[in-house]
Amino acid sequence: MISLHVNGKVYQVDVSNDTPLLWVLRDHLNLKGTKYSCGIGECGSCTVHVDGKAVRSCTITVDDVQRKKITTIEGLPENHPVKKAWIKEQVVQCGYCQPGVIMQVAALLSQRPALDADQIITKMDDVICRCGTYPRIKRGIKTAIQMTKKEVKKS
Amino acid sequence: MKTSMTRRAFLKGSLAAAGLTIGVSVTPFGHRLLNASEIDSFSPNAFFKITPDNKVAIFIGNSEMGQGVLTALSMIIADELEADWSRVRVKQAPAADPFKNPIIGGQVTVASASVRGFYEALRKAGAAGRAMLIKAAAETWKVPEDECKALMGTVKHAKSGRTLTYGQLCLKAAKLQVPENPPLKSENEFRYIGKPMPRVDVPEKVAGTAVYGLDVTLKDLHYAVIARPPAYGAKPLSYDEKGAEQIKGVQKVVPVPMGIAVCAKSIDAALKGRDVLKVKWDKGVLPDMNNDYIEKSMIEDLNKPMASVVNTGDAKKAISEAAKKVEANYFVSFVAHTTMEPMNCTAYVGDDRCDVWAPTQAQTGAQILASKASGLPKEKVYVQTTFMGCGLGRRAKPDFVVEAVTISKAVGKPVKVMWTREEDIKYDYFRAAGSHRIEAGLDAQGQLIGWSHKLVSPSIAKEMNPGQLKDGVDWFCMWGLADRPESYGWNNRIQYEIPNLSIEFLMSSLPIPCGVWRSVQNGPNAFVIECFIDELARAAGKDPLEFRLQNLKNNMRARRVLETVAEKAGWGKAISKGEGRGIAQHACFGSYVAQVAEISVNKKDGTIKVHRVVAAVDCGPVVNPDPLVAQIEGGIINSLSTALKEEVKFANGGVKSANFDDYNVMRMSEVPEIEVHIVKSKEKIGGIGEVGVPPAAPAVANAFFDATGVRIRRIPLTPKIVMDALKKV
Repeated sequence: MISLHVNGKVYQVDVSNDTPLLWVLRDHLNLKGTKYSCGIGECGSCTVHVDGKAVRSCTITVDDVQRKKITTIEGLPENHPVKKAWIKEQVVQCGYCQPGVIMQVAALLSQRPALDADQIITKMDDVICRCGTYPRIKRGIKTAIQMTKKEVKKS
Repeated sequence: MKTSMTRRAFLKGSLAAAGLTIGVSVTPFGHRLLNASEIDSFSPNAFFKITPDNKVAIFIGNSEMGQGVLTALSMIIADELEADWSRVRVKQAPAADPFKNPIIGGQVTVASASVRGFYEALRKAGAAGRAMLIKAAAETWKVPEDECKALMGTVKHAKSGRTLTYGQLCLKAAKLQVPENPPLKSENEFRYIGKPMPRVDVPEKVAGTAVYGLDVTLKDLHYAVIARPPAYGAKPLSYDEKGAEQIKGVQKVVPVPMGIAVCAKSIDAALKGRDVLKVKWDKGVLPDMNNDYIEKSMIEDLNKPMASVVNTGDAKKAISEAAKKVEANYFVSFVAHTTMEPMNCTAYVGDDRCDVWAPTQAQTGAQILASKASGLPKEKVYVQTTFMGCGLGRRAKPDFVVEAVTISKAVGKPVKVMWTREEDIKYDYFRAAGSHRIEAGLDAQGQLIGWSHKLVSPSIAKEMNPGQLKDGVDWFCMWGLADRPESYGWNNRIQYEIPNLSIEFLMSSLPIPCGVWRSVQNGPNAFVIECFIDELARAAGKDPLEFRLQNLKNNMRARRVLETVAEKAGWGKAISKGEGRGIAQHACFGSYVAQVAEISVNKKDGTIKVHRVVAAVDCGPVVNPDPLVAQIEGGIINSLSTALKEEVKFANGGVKSANFDDYNVMRMSEVPEIEVHIVKSKEKIGGIGEVGVPPAAPAVANAFFDATGVRIRRIPLTPKIVMDALKKV
């Protein structure tokens, strides 16, 4: 039995240690927002947070992440600035890569010291969007940063 | 509209004559008779349904792959229906006859044909509903219909100040006759059409809850992966079935026409099972084939006799007598789709029904093929379309549907077939490569007087639609150069006014399967035409914009997008040293697009940086402006990707490219600033999904010439190709 801490819940799953985290999230925990696309960590569609860092769930095994905190797109709050910005800027087209894109941007946005939009954008070359939403992703990043700043001011 | 006609005829024939008060419910699967007491909603056609709780459900049969079709088509219905958008829910309709595209004949989302194909039909469908709701209100109030007005999901009688909601009126409206020619709104009455509306599919896609093909879940679902041949035409010699079946979770090994399938209780087990299958294959039909072989073969083919596609005037004579003659060979490589969601399908074949859940662009084809594979009649095959992780045309080929149905039938379980990324690239139906030879002649004033164009390409129609193959001409391969005379008149042809034009085609016999890739051959053919036009402009000593306008004298729409893009991009203004600016235009699917690209070239490593692309688009009336701009942006980025990076590698008679580490696509830092300008137009509505693609690649190649003085007659312009070309100078 493997014990996984995902989106604030603890799950016991009966899989072998070498199973990629991606398949366990999708097919055992039914968290299908995390997507399979390349299986070799080249495209970023399967990105989740492991202890707050963006990680490719297709190339790590469940054994690698036992006792670590995993967050998937479903666990990122609905009012998270990146999710809100993505709707405001109508970033998505087919949307398949976007959970991974959103998780990567959210992780970069939480880095301290804070990164500015251009710094975040330069760290996005390892995620692929085939529809060509890149210009909108850039806009979404800028809007998410503005929304984060507003929230900080409010609090 | 066909559905309302049928219903009316039906009512007249069987029921109205009987004098019964009765309604008909139109569902995707046909018309159902209702007694008065059974009427629970208002559905005068298959596209919408209004219920007494005052909700409007809209049913769209087209595939949503990010182009915003669910929203755009719903806006058209809701506008004419005068529905309150906040009460509208949009649903994906199943495969069924009412959703066949009027200009294509099948339920299929291709050829940028959704909005232009359904625009009139859906306006009528919505307007019919509005007229019936007004009539229902007028009858309720016993006032003349023309004193009643529909407004945002209600009908109002101004004189008496009375209002009824569509929900209150719907059961009464359901008993009325569907009008054949309901009055349509005038343009200035549009409430949604032409206004930027947020896409209905965005929130669930951002939340991560949208269901794509790979996300379909069913009780007792089994997973299958297929070991496929490494070379074209290779047959399996042996494999270790027992070894695979010993893997925990593996249920069955099933030989299928496309390879050897491993079916298991989890995807992980299926993949492990396939690993130990260790299939041995023979060498296939052309084991020597690699990229050099392909190019050599396709260039040699240019010397063989060809089929005549267009023969106007006497091109040969005109060119031989021309003041100036230019000739060139071009080559465009094979390109893969690599949609982010790899091919997949879920199917469950039972004794008397076959269910299919598929990320498909081709519902009609999926239904026909699933019927054949399951052995069940078409009426017993239910195809439900899921969201799809990009389409790009790949999903117009329902091969993955056949696989899921075949394996489900063999194991008697619901089965999801998943392709890995490697399979998705290796067993793609590629954008066909093209080998071109062109000669053209100019008169003393720089006017085009003759053009002779030879094209060699593998067939697309063979895999996609054999009906497009006639007398040695594959009409898909001609898109961008020539329209099939008796067909759609989609204006997928060379736009320049050339009095003596010869276009010839020869189908390459290479065993590489090809399909439709965003804009089909408009993309590669426009690359060649627009680069060669640039060569001709230089030969005539003219500015590339001026030369184009000179040879598009009567083509007002092409002229207007060219003039607009030139103005917006600052054509003719000085540009920094080492930078280049290029222009290109193309018409397809009823729309016109021109683009200007600004680039710089790193002469030390051969990389091209695209700084800015400006586009001008004339597509006639606009339904939803923001997704329209997004489509042009996406098309440009796809095109730049083919211009700079994408090329399928072949080796040993099969495909060598396997994943995103060796098949390069555009990444974020490579994307330029993009500006899209929509030209106001009252022309017939045109397509949008693909029309951004064709001009971007030639605009970049022309900008490369502007920057370096070197003409490269092929794409992709990889650093190696660029360095080799620069060294030759």
